This record gives sequence, C-alpha cells and structure tokens, in this order.
Amino acid sequence: MRAVERGAQTPSTIPALNRRGFLAATAAAGLGATALSACSDSGSGSTDSSGRTVVEWWNIQTTEPSKSLWPKRAKDFEAAHPDVRIKLVTLENDAYKAKMTALTSSGKLPDIYHTWGGGVLQQQIDAGLVEDLTASVKPWSGTLVPASRAPYEFDGKTYAVPFDIGAVGFWCNKALFKKAGIAAPPSTWADFLDTVQKVKDAGITPLALAGKEKWPGMYYWAYLSMRTAGVDGMQKAIDGKDFTGDPFVAAGRHLKDLVGLDPFQKGFLGAGYSTPNGEAATMGNGKAAMELMGQWAPVVQADAGKGIGDDLGFFPFPAVAGGSGAATDVFGGGGGYAVRKGAPDAAAEFLKFFMTAESDRILVTKGALMPVVKEARSALTDPNLKAVSDTLGKSTGFQLYLDQALPPAVGQEVNDSVAALIAGSKSPEQVTRSITQVAKSQ
Amino acid sequence: MTTTSTHTRDEHPPLAKEPGVSPHNRRPRRRRVREWLTAVLFTVPALALFGLLVLLPIMYALYVSFFNWGGFGAPSDFTGLGNFSRLLDDPVFLGDLWRGLLLVVLSLALQLPFALAMAVLLNQKLRGRAFYRMLFFAPYVLSEVITGILFGMIFAPDDGLADEVLGSIGLDALGGLWFAGQDTVLPTLFLVMMWKYFGFHMMLYLAGLQGIPAELHEAARIDGAGPWQRFRHVTLPLLGPTIRMSVFLSVIGAIQLFDLVWVVTQGGPDHHSETMAVTLFQFGFKRFQVGYASAISIAMFLISLVFALAYQRFVLRRDTEGALTNMRSAR
Repeated sequence: MRAVERGAQTPSTIPALNRRGFLAATAAAGLGATALSACSDSGSGSTDSSGRTVVEWWNIQTTEPSKSLWPKRAKDFEAAHPDVRIKLVTLENDAYKAKMTALTSSGKLPDIYHTWGGGVLQQQIDAGLVEDLTASVKPWSGTLVPASRAPYEFDGKTYAVPFDIGAVGFWCNKALFKKAGIAAPPSTWADFLDTVQKVKDAGITPLALAGKEKWPGMYYWAYLSMRTAGVDGMQKAIDGKDFTGDPFVAAGRHLKDLVGLDPFQKGFLGAGYSTPNGEAATMGNGKAAMELMGQWAPVVQADAGKGIGDDLGFFPFPAVAGGSGAATDVFGGGGGYAVRKGAPDAAAEFLKFFMTAESDRILVTKGALMPVVKEARSALTDPNLKAVSDTLGKSTGFQLYLDQALPPAVGQEVNDSVAALIAGSKSPEQVTRSITQVAKSQ
Repeated sequence: MTTTSTHTRDEHPPLAKEPGVSPHNRRPRRRRVREWLTAVLFTVPALALFGLLVLLPIMYALYVSFFNWGGFGAPSDFTGLGNFSRLLDDPVFLGDLWRGLLLVVLSLALQLPFALAMAVLLNQKLRGRAFYRMLFFAPYVLSEVITGILFGMIFAPDDGLADEVLGSIGLDALGGLWFAGQDTVLPTLFLVMMWKYFGFHMMLYLAGLQGIPAELHEAARIDGAGPWQRFRHVTLPLLGPTIRMSVFLSVIGAIQLFDLVWVVTQGGPDHHSETMAVTLFQFGFKRFQVGYASAISIAMFLISLVFALAYQRFVLRRDTEGALTNMRSAR
C-alpha cells in the first residue's frame, strides 16, 4: 500500500520542477544563441576606430626569436604607413592548418596568411580565393633566390611571397669521416654507397634514420626520384598521377641497394626524429656519421642530443649515374605569405616592405631564418647554413616536399610505401604501384 | 516471493491489479498519464543528449562511409559499399583484426590469470598489503601517453634501461629491438599493456573477493578442503560475475586500443603493431580519406556491438539476473 501512495505523490511534484528546469534550459539556450551571434563576424579588411585600414596577418611564428620579431616588423611598417594597422593573428602550426581548412571551405581567407605553397595553395587558387601577385611582385622578384619562389608559382603566375627557404641534404660528422678514412664527401650515388660501406667497416653507424616517423625515409626515395626522373619528370608524374615509370622504380632499387648495406642505427625502425633516442639525438651524440635532413638539423641535433659543433658538415644529395636530374636540383621547402583576393592594397605593400634586402637581413640575423633575398645571404654567418644557402643559390631545379606538393592521402602513401620498402616488405615496383593507385583514386 | 519478483519485473501491476484500489476509472488513468508524462520529461533530456552525441554521429559515420570523401564540403562521390569491399582487401585492416585477436587472447590467457593470482595473494593477511595494492594499481592511474613515453625510453634498443639491466646481469641475449623489431613489437606492447592494466583487474577481483563470506571458506575447511580446493570450488565460482565482467572490459579495451600504440610506435614498424583505431586515425586525420575512415569506424563499431550483445546474451545474462541465488533453476 505504501508503494501506491508514494507513486501517487511523485507525479504532482515533478512537473513543477520540470517547468522550472525547462525555463532554465530555455534561458541557457537563449544566452548561447546571443553568444554565437556575437562572434559570427571577424571582420577583416575593414577600418579601425581611428580610420586606419586594418590588415590581418596570420602567421605561425609561435617560437622565439621570430615570435617577438614579427610584431616589431609590423610596428615598423605602421610607422612608415600611418594609415595602416597590421593586426597579427599568431596560431600554432596544427591549429593554423585546421583553421585554414575551415576558412578555405567557407571561402573567407585572412588578408595575409602563411602558406607552404604546393597542393594546398593550388587548391585555394582554384577556388578563386587568392590574389594574383604577379604584377605587384614583378618589379622586385628578381632580388629573390629563384628556388624560394618556386613553390608559389603556378602557370607563370606568382601567388605568394617567400620569407623562408630551406633544403634537404646530407649532414655529416667530419670527425667520424676522418676516422673512417674518408677524404671528401661523395658526389655520386655509387660513391655514396662506397662511403657508407667504408664507415661501416670502421665500426661506425653510417646513417641515422627515424623509421617510426616515416617522412625522413621518404626523403631518400624523393631525392633519388628527382635524380633519376628529374624535376620535370617528377612534376609530370604528380600532374599525371602516375608514378609507375622506370625512373621511379629505379629510385626504389637504388634505395634498396642502400638498405641492403644495413647502414642504419640499431632499432631505427622504432626511432623517432627528435625524441631522446631518435635520429637527431643519434647524430647529435656522435653515434652516426650521416643523416639526410633539412636545414633545421643542427638545431635539433643540439636540442635532442649534445650537438657536434664544428664537426658538423653538409653536402648535397649525390648525383645518380644515368638519371635525367641534375645534382644541383634541390628538394626542400620554406614558408611564404599569400594575400586573399580583394584584400586592401596595403597587404601587398607590406609584403614588399617585409622582403626588402634590409628587412630580410634582419630576419636572417635576428630571426634565425634562411635568407630569401639574394643580397641578404651575406648576413648568414653559420658555415653550415651558408652551405645550405649556397646549394639553394646554385639550384637548377626545385622540388617542394612531397607531402606538401601532393594531396595528403598521396603524400602519406609515399611515406608509408617507402617505409615498407626500407623495412623490406615492399618491392620498388610495389611502391610505385601503391602510390599511383592512391593518386588515381583522388 | 512471487509478489516481489513480479514487482521488480513490471512497474505498473501493483497499481492496476491491486483489488479495490478505486472503483472509478478516471483517477487511475489520469495518474497513469501523469506517470508517463513524468517518465517522458525525465528521459527526454538524456535521450536528446544520447541521440545528439551518440546515435547521430554513428548514423552520420554510416552515411559518410558510403562516400569517397576528403572532408571538404558535402560528400558527393557516392561509392555504395566500395569502402567496405576495399576494407576486406586491405592487408593492413585484415592485419589489424589478426593483431586485435592476438591481443585479446594474450590478455585473457596471461593478464587476467596473473591479476587474479595477485588479487588472491593480496587478499591474504600479509605485511604491507595496502602498499602493494596501491603499488600495483598505480600504473592504471598513469596516463597512456606518459606510459608510452616512459616505455619508449625503457625499451630503447641498446641504451635503454631494459637492455642495460639485462646486459649487467649477463642476459644480453634476452634484450634486443623491442618496439623496433617487426617480430618483437607486439609482445613488447603486450608486456606494457599487462603492466598498465593488470592492476585494474586485480582491484576488481579484490573487490569481488571481499564479497565472499568467510563462513564459506570456514565451512569448506571444516569439511577438509585444502587451499587449492577452496580456491577452485569456493573462490572461483563466487568470483564468477567479477571475472566475466573483467573479461568483457578487457576484450573491449583490446579492440579499441589506440593511445598507447600511437605514442610508442604509431603502428610501426611497417604496420606490425597497428590496431583498428590506429588505422582509422591514419586515414581520417592523416590522409583525409574520411569516407574510408568512417567505414573502418563502422566495422569497429559492429565488431564491438556484436561482441557486447553476444556476451550480454550468453555470458552475462546469469549475472544480471542474479547468479548467486540461481533463481531460474529454482523456479
């Protein structure tokens, strides 16, 4: 009986509570809607309260020294142009990429924004979102290192201004080379294999490799493909979505020859790049003679390991006999700034200001960036970075990092297939077939 | 006895069947409507949240899995079951299934018995047992990421702690590549999983052991049962519900394993430690083949669902109905 009574009581009390709850919920929803409408418009390309044109500048300089250098450069520009205000929006790399993906699909890009060029920029250009800078850049584009402009040029038109450029090449430990009796860095792939064998015979690990992260292994295949197919052949394969050509199979064979010498450190398949026992640490602690890496290598070596200081040397990727690519073709990438279609003229004006020789010299000396303006190259003091810069200055062809030049799925497949080749589970032919298959499906 | 059982099984009968509650029909009906209203009002927020955050995403993933979609704009390239047939041809995905099965078998064959042994041991009266319980449970509290980084360093080939220790006692031969070897990565991963999760299952068993009345052991002892017989015929049967629950959690955990693998190996070397969740992440967030990734997620969901339902139906049923009193056979 008691249960029946209790059952009779509850219905009368509960609806009252619920009505209150419902009201509260409605109020909350209302508040939420107001908050949403308040932040719906970010308003770029407008003017501020004092009538100055506002130019939004989206960048990813979240680390020193460029983190504090960027606002300073904006202030300097504002001092010379009192009618313009540069509004910096600084985002972390991955957050930036995510945000830009959303902005690109919504069709509203920032006035000036960071770009790596290649496939992503092309996508934005095809969507009609990017300003053609050819006319405004032409008068001074000759002052730039040609390789640095390459990632942002499509059909002879310029869509972004570079501010940083780097290249991949071999970093070597000169002390270990000496110990192994190697007088000069190898200039051909056959020489290189010889060198690797000699170093190995001397009881030293020839190469450090981060097998877990896959992209450092991809550098070998990409560079070998550039040497065998040439930069043009590579571009043709990217455009035609067909990597099954002989040069690409040959690249895989050359890499297999190297892997056959067992040149990497013990456990390289599980090694990360910048982790305490990773590729950079192995190199930085003097436990391997060489690594194939970009211009950032010395910094990471010293950070993850002890760093090898003056023993560190740099040499370009060797030539491959019979290949159609030149030994002076460079594989790399950098950073640039693109301007959205319809942005205020001040945006292009700012980029011109930012990339004068004088300004670039500041970026090189104070911002630890690689010089993009030819004249600013004298500001480089580090001999190794100078060597990288010289390689870039002399370059006859330039290939952007494959994961940026290719759509994400294809780029990842290149990494994955090459990793499988190095681990011994895929043949050179299978690598080219897998990549082509994914490229065609895009 | 009969009244209580019907009472628990059906919520309304006491109201309706109780003789002489009310000769009028109107009031009970209004009450019933009100009760329904109450039930609806109470469940609507929960149902709305469940629908919005669980059902809707599942339906959306199912929808997307029929498209070749890169995540930009609306999906338009309809491929029907193309993603699913590709799944069955994908050596990596098939490998995921095999590796998942292997991890499940290893967990059930090694991890759970070990956890049970430790639980029985720590249920005895011994000095410092609270400390040991805490010590063995601690790894479970540690985050997966920290565990991953920690063991990545411990199992670094040559200069990691594991190899140093093995080397110093002359057992170099036992050390080696650990996570870096194609054949050693899965056993090493399982070792870490065992280290991390056995404490959790041990705690479950300990809680279960506390619920076994001491009188039963006493009675068994008086009847002349030895320690093994007492364990086999008293402890184990009474721990049944706990064991079945821990098996369930262990299997679901192995199917959905992600964080640890991602931090330590990212599925490598050459996919030899990849799990379904890792493959899903690779395709969804690295390759932006969202349609295919959704197909993987649906497959993963179905595997978990089928297992969960079958397990509920055939194994857990006795527990949810009350295994201890064994009422069904009595009825």
